[in-house]
Amino acid sequence: MINLIIAIVIGVLILIMAIIAVHHKNIVVGIIAAGVVSLFASILYLLLAAPDVAMTEAAIGSGLSTIIFFYVLNKIKRQNG
Amino acid sequence: MVKNSLIFIVLIGFAVLLADLFVGFNGNTDLNTLANHYAVSGPEEVGSANLVTAVVITYRGVDTLGEVTILFLAAAIVSFLLKVEAGASLNRKLRSTSEILDTASRILVPVIFLFGIYVFINGHLSPGGGFQGGAIIASGLVLMLLAQPAKEVGHKLITLVESISGISFVLIGVAGVLFAAGFLDNKLLSLGKFGTIFSAGVIPIIYIFVGLKVGAELSGIITNLHENQNEA
Repeated sequence: MINLIIAIVIGVLILIMAIIAVHHKNIVVGIIAAGVVSLFASILYLLLAAPDVAMTEAAIGSGLSTIIFFYVLNKIKRQNG
Repeated sequence: MVKNSLIFIVLIGFAVLLADLFVGFNGNTDLNTLANHYAVSGPEEVGSANLVTAVVITYRGVDTLGEVTILFLAAAIVSFLLKVEAGASLNRKLRSTSEILDTASRILVPVIFLFGIYVFINGHLSPGGGFQGGAIIASGLVLMLLAQPAKEVGHKLITLVESISGISFVLIGVAGVLFAAGFLDNKLLSLGKFGTIFSAGVIPIIYIFVGLKVGAELSGIITNLHENQNEA
């Protein structure tokens, strides 16, 4: 029962973070929100008894892809100004 | 206004399409035939305490080889498109990193590398494995590059590790055809005692190579992007 409540709370948080990632004016905030979506998703996988998937999601989804987005954003900013 | 309402109509269409799936869903109470075979006879056939590893490396080993190949292709394309001129990364103005980040990275980076290696060596015993361990090693490299942006990472070393582990992975698979039941069969070595580090036949060796390969490929992508930052 407690797991179900935590899962629902995390699901709602994922939705909120996804909406922020799409609609926020500042791209940096959007990228971080997309990383937070992955972080919450990895907690959800852990609750659903899939620790292997949770590790992948935490390392690649919220770690590496966020930093790659920042590298690309930095490069685009340099090229435009 | 028209555009928004169109989006709304499309969303409602998706909801109607998927409603049937949602209403008819009741969770599985028992495993299906294939999963049942894996769960029942996996431990004695493969000898791996982590059943996910048994499926990923032995039952579906060719798929893993394909995934690693796709990742290799992605890394190769990134390094092809982002070719860096020699010495171009030296003439770049950098802000000095903060004391906290510098000290934390000195302490944490070796621990993160060690944890990544632990994850892929123990892939057949505990959750995790080659992909996860490789990704953790690459995240440690990210922290190192954030703290010391001027540090040069050896491309030759990354390429060498990547190639050797890739070739070894395929050679182990071919050795399975010659000396055991088939491609990537894990009974090349004896299965050993269930649940110990030297068990599950050839799985730990394959996972070490997969971990090194994935770690080298992701590190290659990160270093290429990092060294490419100062070019206009």
